[in-house]
Amino acid sequence: MPRSTTAEFTIDSIRILDKDGSADEDLVPDLTDETLIDLYRQMRRSRRLDERAIALQRRGELGTYAPAIGQEAAQVGSAAALDAGDWIVPAFREQIVYLMRGSPMHKILWYAMGMEEGAEIPEGSNLMPPSIPVGSQALHATGIGWGKALRGENAATITYFGDGATSTGDVYEALNFAGAYDAQTVFLCQNNQYAISTPRRVQTRAETLAQKAVAAGIEGIQVDGNDVLAVYVATTEALEKARNGNPVLIEAETYRRSMHTTSDDPSVYRSAEEEADWEQRDPISRFETYLRSEGVLDDNRIEEINAAIEAELADAIDRAKEGQSEIDPVDMFRHTFAEMPPVLQRQLAEYKVMRDE
Amino acid sequence: MSDANQLRIIEAVSQALDEELARDDDVIVYGEDVGIDGGVFRATQGLIEDHPEQVHDSPLAEAGIIGLGIGLAATGFRPVPEIQFQSFLYQGFHQLQQHASRLRSRTRGTLSCPMTIRMPFGGGIRALEHHSDSYEAGFAHIPGLKVVVPSTPADTKGLLTAAIRDPDPVVFMEPTRLYRASSEPVPEGEYVEPLGAAAVRRTGEDLTLISWGGMVRDTLDAVEETEVSADVIDLRTISPMDIDTVVASVRKTGRCIVVHEAPRTAGMAAELVAQVTDEAFLYLEAPVERVTGYDVPVPMFAREEAYLPDTSRIVTAIERTVGF
Repeated sequence: MPRSTTAEFTIDSIRILDKDGSADEDLVPDLTDETLIDLYRQMRRSRRLDERAIALQRRGELGTYAPAIGQEAAQVGSAAALDAGDWIVPAFREQIVYLMRGSPMHKILWYAMGMEEGAEIPEGSNLMPPSIPVGSQALHATGIGWGKALRGENAATITYFGDGATSTGDVYEALNFAGAYDAQTVFLCQNNQYAISTPRRVQTRAETLAQKAVAAGIEGIQVDGNDVLAVYVATTEALEKARNGNPVLIEAETYRRSMHTTSDDPSVYRSAEEEADWEQRDPISRFETYLRSEGVLDDNRIEEINAAIEAELADAIDRAKEGQSEIDPVDMFRHTFAEMPPVLQRQLAEYKVMRDE
Repeated sequence: MSDANQLRIIEAVSQALDEELARDDDVIVYGEDVGIDGGVFRATQGLIEDHPEQVHDSPLAEAGIIGLGIGLAATGFRPVPEIQFQSFLYQGFHQLQQHASRLRSRTRGTLSCPMTIRMPFGGGIRALEHHSDSYEAGFAHIPGLKVVVPSTPADTKGLLTAAIRDPDPVVFMEPTRLYRASSEPVPEGEYVEPLGAAAVRRTGEDLTLISWGGMVRDTLDAVEETEVSADVIDLRTISPMDIDTVVASVRKTGRCIVVHEAPRTAGMAAELVAQVTDEAFLYLEAPVERVTGYDVPVPMFAREEAYLPDTSRIVTAIERTVGF
């Protein structure tokens, strides 16, 4: 038999909530009402932070900011599936993931104010700082996931990246290393359909992004990224596999409803019809419809949630501005090395003389 | 020269690309968002409409972008890829260092790599983290690679045209802070400014200041402020550098300051000081000063003003050097 089929593959896809908010009851995870409400609350928190941040940027109070509007289910659903001991390796759009891990909101604003303090990680929180060079962080997640395996620890690692990142060598290498080394890592690709202006179909001819796992010999799965329950289930299952040395790539299909960053103008490269279509599939309203129909959420509860978020935002903005007014440029010399070498000590001294003149 | 061609640097980039695309079918412009979006700074705006066969959006992969260019160049094209920000060229550094720069020498001249890699660089525009590096010294440390940094709209057009036509790989670094800073009349049509030649922006007797890119304006302002009689040299091509112009000036003035925004250690100023010492040691009347960024990762924008050399730092250096 000189010619035969030696490998075949399929890609599964998970959806639990339909676009109208009705659920496939067989697939709904067993979560308490409080957990369900918390998923909703975190998504609202992400949305409001982004909306306020965009407004602040427009007033010149923040620098460039990358909102996650439309992607809340992909981020919140996956982050909610993590244990506190699991590591998180974000890209640059996962503000809510930091917040869910206990990082305070004013630090998100500090980062957007161009302050290194915003990238500072709370001690012991198992977070990496934002990674702007696209895809580069995936390898760090494989390294952490391998480290956990080497130490025989149970913790897993999750990394976030987008559709554009799947074209980078770093992501291919990360997937391959993960398979080769049994790394305890989950790769959460938020396919938000655009890498700035470049649509998914121009990025790659591959039918799915999930199948990029196949070449690395690891599992790949698609999930409706605008369905917070499906993302939660897919991530929970993937983390379980990862803890046993079987890394997984999840492609969460979603849509970046706002701009790539506040420097971007999406109207140049996509249609209003397309945007309106995805608005119909908004992850927050879909989940809200479901929770209302289940009797888990009502107007009063939503009002409470919103009020608490607005209070947190107001406080975060105050604290961020206060910190901004206190920044000391000398800080830039402090963290280059554990111990400041003489050449840098001299430059610091020169700087101080200049500043004081 | 008509007022009609009053351009800023960003438009000069566009015009040079447009004219070279029209002149030579082998010129290929590609990169992330260079097509329908016109580039994140709009340097390639409109080019895909006018040259649909020659302008291409690319997948997001810097190593791929540069590596592909080597293949295109080997088969007779003149690739002009854009790297969205210089700080992302590191993702493709191996292709640049190991292949693009030495295809000619490894093949004893039978193959070459006439690729021009354009990229915005430098600080001063309140950009995100990882967007503000000035790595010209790193590129200059690669034999076989030319490194060009314009500081005016006319030079941008002339030097970019020369770079595209050059038989060897060129890294073309566009200072972001100057993209829209000011406009000037730029020659219409064919305009080539040779690589490897510095420009003397101002002439004087007592001091030589050498700078490039985003630092030229501050250097000129500092000279204005101190009223020192100085030569201000805009190096324009970092590698191969026009050392003859530098040495002639220092032999005349006896004093020299180099200004750049990159970190000091192993920066281009160190190379300039070394060459000035080689060629003009007996003419020097003061130590050659360096006004540079500090040896720290370029800070995010809340601290970039403290990091970047500015007029007052240059003025201090001028006073010290002249008063030595």
